[in-house]
Amino acid sequence: MSGRSRLQVLRWVVLALAAAFFLVPLLAMLDFSTRTPTGGRSGEDWAALLDSPPLVRAILASVQLAALTAVAVIALLLPTMLLVTLRLPWARRTVELLCLLPLAVPAIVVVVGIAPVYAWVTYLLGGSSLTLVFAYVVLALPFAHRALDAGLRSIDVLTLVEAARSLGARWPTVLLRVLLPNLRGAVLSAAFLTVALVLGEFTFASLLSYDTLPVAINAVGKRDAGVSVAASLASLLVAFVLLLALSLLPGPGERARRRGRLRPSPTFRSPR
Amino acid sequence: MRRAGAGRAGLLAAAGLLPFAAVVVLFLLIPTVVVVVGALSDDGRPSLSGLTAFGDPTVLRAFARSTWLSASTAAIGAVVGALVAYAVATGAPDGVLRRVVTSACGVLAQFGGVTLAFAFIATLGVSGVVTLWLRDALGVDVFANGVWLFDMPGLVLVYTFFQVPLMVIVFLPALDGVRPQWREATVTLGGSTWQYWRHVGGPLLAPAFGGSALLLFANAMSAYATAAALVSQGAPIVPLQIRAALTSEVLLGRADLGQTLALGMVVVVVAVMVAQALLQRRTSRWVAGSAR
Amino acid sequence: MRRSTLRAAAALGAGAVLLATAACAPPEREQDAASSDAAAATSAEDLGGMDALVEAAEAEGELNVIALPPDWANYGAIIEAFEAEYDITVNSDQPDAASQDEIDTAKRLAGGDRAPDVFDLGQAVALANTDMFAPYQVATWDTIPDAFKEPTGLWVNDYGGNMSIGYDSAKVPAPTAVADLLEPEYRGAVALNGDPTQAGAAFAGVVMASLGSGGSADDLAPGVELFRQLKAAGNFLPVDPTPATIASGQTPVVIDWDYLNAAQTAQLPTWEVVVPAGAVTASYYHQAINADAPHPAAARLWQEFLFSDEGQNLWLAGGARPVRAEAMVEAGTIDEEAWSALPAVEGEPVLLTPEQSDAGAQQLASTWAQAVS
Repeated sequence: MSGRSRLQVLRWVVLALAAAFFLVPLLAMLDFSTRTPTGGRSGEDWAALLDSPPLVRAILASVQLAALTAVAVIALLLPTMLLVTLRLPWARRTVELLCLLPLAVPAIVVVVGIAPVYAWVTYLLGGSSLTLVFAYVVLALPFAHRALDAGLRSIDVLTLVEAARSLGARWPTVLLRVLLPNLRGAVLSAAFLTVALVLGEFTFASLLSYDTLPVAINAVGKRDAGVSVAASLASLLVAFVLLLALSLLPGPGERARRRGRLRPSPTFRSPR
Repeated sequence: MRRAGAGRAGLLAAAGLLPFAAVVVLFLLIPTVVVVVGALSDDGRPSLSGLTAFGDPTVLRAFARSTWLSASTAAIGAVVGALVAYAVATGAPDGVLRRVVTSACGVLAQFGGVTLAFAFIATLGVSGVVTLWLRDALGVDVFANGVWLFDMPGLVLVYTFFQVPLMVIVFLPALDGVRPQWREATVTLGGSTWQYWRHVGGPLLAPAFGGSALLLFANAMSAYATAAALVSQGAPIVPLQIRAALTSEVLLGRADLGQTLALGMVVVVVAVMVAQALLQRRTSRWVAGSAR
Repeated sequence: MRRSTLRAAAALGAGAVLLATAACAPPEREQDAASSDAAAATSAEDLGGMDALVEAAEAEGELNVIALPPDWANYGAIIEAFEAEYDITVNSDQPDAASQDEIDTAKRLAGGDRAPDVFDLGQAVALANTDMFAPYQVATWDTIPDAFKEPTGLWVNDYGGNMSIGYDSAKVPAPTAVADLLEPEYRGAVALNGDPTQAGAAFAGVVMASLGSGGSADDLAPGVELFRQLKAAGNFLPVDPTPATIASGQTPVVIDWDYLNAAQTAQLPTWEVVVPAGAVTASYYHQAINADAPHPAAARLWQEFLFSDEGQNLWLAGGARPVRAEAMVEAGTIDEEAWSALPAVEGEPVLLTPEQSDAGAQQLASTWAQAVS
């Protein structure tokens, strides 16, 4: 069993080192935002965040946008990738390339080309910041595709689908009750990345003059350096809490499983 | 398995790609086409004169630095991220540690720009918290040979801050798919841990690892807000040169150059993707029971 | 399989090209009679006097401004004062935008409700884009010197300042000349606000360094040489100075406009500003109205407000020199306290002509990157 405990030690060493590397800069930000000129500590800059109505509006807009984008990306990408895996293998490379393209061109250049399209979108759908969902779906494609692809490679999609179909399941059942529970980790990863992307995306929203959370934080921060650092840390914390809440959501079928009505999902994982 | 493209079923399947195709064409391909057209035209007429920009040594050096920066941060991020992901994946699948780490990584993967730059300046700047501590407590002057934080080595360090969490998030689902049966089978046949990773685990995880590393590469190539805040002089990498060409208020009229450079970036990313695909094809000899 | 991939890619690409070439703009939004009246007005009299202008502007209810950070020449207070005086909401977009970004945004959002109504631009961008401006002569037009305005009112200089050295007196000794920055006390301390081939402020910083090192408005090589020496000595930081880096002490010396440096004293009491003797370079910004403004009356009212005594004094309070300063000193309407608080200037300020700016920019384009990398 020494191999096992060696693994445990290694795990915790890796995690501790990683935690140190990532927490130190964040702590430095916290230090700066709570500093007073006389060398003491104060929560002034943090309190200043709370009395700002534009910020509250922007938070609501961004959270709505994040939820909308996450749902839209998964609803768009998952069936497409399943279709490609099962029926159209020749399209796989194309989809992969298309899903990597948004990262190949920097946002400031894409905005130049997307402006005429957005002129139409604004004309047809109004000027609310929720219309950013289209651009954000495209921006989230690389990350969502990678997460879903990893998940799809790790389960035996063809066998599961054929087994379910041969037992008489229709496509919605196959998708929702057979595939989705097995892809829960991948779908959750894709959703995480999308939500974090939307809550942190600044360039598009700013250049197209929409009022989302990162834009509002930037505007608030212009008044005071400490407030701007506090605002960024606060938005990180808010996103963290949101994602944590998302990860606590039971996946489809899990509620039923917990009630003991279904047997464990086909890919049974024993502890390593 | 029906042959792809055969008959009505094939057409129906292809039609299922329409929503994806519509979104991609409208919001991704049109902007890309505008960029390509802008790069290959001169005042509205098609011309290759824009491509002479690639002969400029400053531009070539910027491309070299960008590629080097992206490749190194992708490599470091991929390896370190895979290790952290492994540390998480071998724990309880629904435990607190996994939830906290994945949420934190999700947030940090998209953290960048001026704030990230400031966080590192406050930590490792000339009078940063860690710099001062190292100097006072350990007598080590990190900047004895020049301030490297505001140059390429600094960029590598700062980019790692969002590359590693990104790798953790995208690689974790792949690690979740590693079956204990594979390990058991290897042990039963008398293989060691090294042999397991070299012949079984490694090749099976290689496509996902390679794809994730490619994502990291592309992510680093297009990141510019962080670099803009740290290295605001001299535009050493391509995204900064693009920004300079598009938004300079001193040297005007270089928007075409910006689009030409963007075209160059697309070419580099596509080339790396093709290379990675070719490499993958060579190294994946067998795959355990999945339809590819 | 590869052929099919290529076919798929080609089909998508063709679709995109077709759509892109057919990507005409959506139909223009309807402009009502009142708006088009305001859009054609070249002075308040055209609309029937100031009161009529105020009425038309308040009917529009909103004003879109761009690239106006609150701590830039006191724009925060100016926007607040404008909103308090008139029933108009000011939407301040993209505070970090550069001059070229303002023009690009106006083109990008043209025809929509969120396009910027007014511009505040650096010299080069303003002179290159006069076809986007609407001519307008404010009520105080005659008190603005001729050299600071375009004859028909396409653009007017609004405020300006001198290039200065801001420093934290608690951390570094006070510099009196640009060459002082080469001293070892300034190791890892000196930052320039932007890249001179991109930002007007940084360009003027190189001009100041040039003037202080024996160069002139026509020859910026000594300035570039000074920065090369700063870099070699380890004194030069390539980082972008922000209020956060100044307040945290990471950039103890910043070369920037005097009004921008002056604003930092509010958050760092030991921050001081000095304009080096004999190396004085000044520049004025250009105010213009977007010809395609979604709120033309509000845009013109904003112009009137900025060039009124109140607006000019608010700029002065931010440490900038308002363009009507001389006329206001004569008329006695200037804010005496703020006027005397401006940093002392020894020597005649050098203002670059567009030709000199252009030549200097070309010179920097070929020499700057090598000097500081």
